[in-house]
Amino acid sequence: MKTKRLMHTDIRLYFAVAAMVAATAILLMQGAAYADETARPAARAASIAHAGTPSGIPACAACHGAVGEGNAAVGYPRLAGLPGDYLAQQLANFSSGARSNPMMNPVAKLLDASDRAALAAFYTSQPSSGPGRRTDQTAVAAEHGTGEQIALHGKWSEGVPACVSCHGSQGSGVGADFPALAGQSSIYIRNQFAAWKSGTRPPGPLGLMASIASRLSNSEVDAVADYFAALPAASRGNTP
Amino acid sequence: MNTRIAIGSIAAVLAIAGGAVLLAGLDQPRPITVKAATPAGASASIVSTAAAPAPAGKKMFVPANRAIPDNDFGKVVAQGQRIFNDPARYAAGYVGNQLRCASCHLDQGRKEGAAPMWAAYLAYPAYRSKNHHVNTFAERLQGCFRYSMNGKAPPLGDPVLVALETYSYWLAQGAPLDPKLPGRGFPALAKPAQTPDFHRGEKIYAARCALCHGANGNGQNAGDGTPAFPALWGDHSYNWGAGMASVKNAAEFIHANMPLGAGGTLSNQDAWDVAMFVDSQERPQDPRYTGSVAGTRAQFHDSPQSMYGKTVEGYQLGSHATPNGGTLRGKEGL
Repeated sequence: MKTKRLMHTDIRLYFAVAAMVAATAILLMQGAAYADETARPAARAASIAHAGTPSGIPACAACHGAVGEGNAAVGYPRLAGLPGDYLAQQLANFSSGARSNPMMNPVAKLLDASDRAALAAFYTSQPSSGPGRRTDQTAVAAEHGTGEQIALHGKWSEGVPACVSCHGSQGSGVGADFPALAGQSSIYIRNQFAAWKSGTRPPGPLGLMASIASRLSNSEVDAVADYFAALPAASRGNTP
Repeated sequence: MNTRIAIGSIAAVLAIAGGAVLLAGLDQPRPITVKAATPAGASASIVSTAAAPAPAGKKMFVPANRAIPDNDFGKVVAQGQRIFNDPARYAAGYVGNQLRCASCHLDQGRKEGAAPMWAAYLAYPAYRSKNHHVNTFAERLQGCFRYSMNGKAPPLGDPVLVALETYSYWLAQGAPLDPKLPGRGFPALAKPAQTPDFHRGEKIYAARCALCHGANGNGQNAGDGTPAFPALWGDHSYNWGAGMASVKNAAEFIHANMPLGAGGTLSNQDAWDVAMFVDSQERPQDPRYTGSVAGTRAQFHDSPQSMYGKTVEGYQLGSHATPNGGTLRGKEGL
């Protein structure tokens, strides 16, 4: 009797194991198919980023650097580690013309939605940490001046909150909509304020940046841009 | 960063800008136009009224931009300022959440219409119906720790309270001793045309607040792991005993100050509705909890401005609240 019961249990166990093996195999196959689906855009994104396409899309790296570190000296922005949703939105805006830029508009028009999403995912996953440029004399001068004041405390006499209240402590970025500013090209940041003031860049979520840009002078923008450019870009953490 | 140098730089900036900036600050704030994307994606121009102007005959006090004194008094002022900006670090034993004093008292406790500390300092001692006796300023500060910070009150005379009181006094230097000082507390907000509504508020929240505070009200951290946008409800927010748990207080604060940098862009009705939505969410238990929600409501929340104990969407608020104390829970003296 005892043996029989055990055998019965063994058979049930056998079927259970067999069912689990089958289910696992199916899941693995589905997983492989899924990985293949996602691998193709990722591979294409890496290829576009580094080499461009025969259809005329230039390599992103030509301007934005080999790992998306940007080219601060000429104002080409750092892309590495910026929020993927943010990057995808900017590419969509360049593509539609909502954000006006003579270099990016024609490039973005050649990218379809899948390419834009894949490139955004590619650059958001690039390590953003890099050495700061605190030895730069301009940067050191900016550190304790107007730039630091506005960055850390805002200019409330004009209703401007601290930059870090939305872009995070140390300009480290917050979530999907507030890109990191630390280590970003100073010239690029200045150009964005000019674009918001002139309306060639959309006002952004809740119109916050266009509004803030209208309330800061050019010299204040320069000081803030220098302040954040001098901060070392750091890798992004997680949000709760 | 070096606070002294930073404050010095404010003074320098103001000196360069000359009296015009100060005068502009004292004058009626100029309207601020905000191009805001509507939920539908279309663009709309909204005129911000910023802070309410001071009533006729009274000038809005603006705390002087000057360096914290480089002496033993100034050291305590600076410590108060550090606590104010980062209480979880500098007043760790008394804080149960990741809110900052400066989360609500904007611009480091300087901004008019965001319960500025210079006005609060001069408003005490005062009788408070909340506890039925005359409260000193230090006792009022204790309340912030117990309720808004979901922590525990530092004992009177504790260096944390002394530092915060000293910082507030330093901000208030030069202000008239006027219990109705313009800019104190939050600007009064006219009653809404329609009764504040949870569902209308939910839509406003999604369109204007969730960007920063998150769809679940949980706030967001920055890339470096530090808190960025404060939690508005849930276990990491202020508890049921906090002033901000009053729909009226929240509506006034929101209307004057939110979204950050675009204060005054929500209509009165929108501010009331979204305040109703935010304050109709579960949050840590009132530290004065008597053992029953009904009893606690009767004793401490008998006001149409408190949603504690009310039933919203089939759920009685407070009935499953996490006990108060946040990260201090289980520690001595809570």
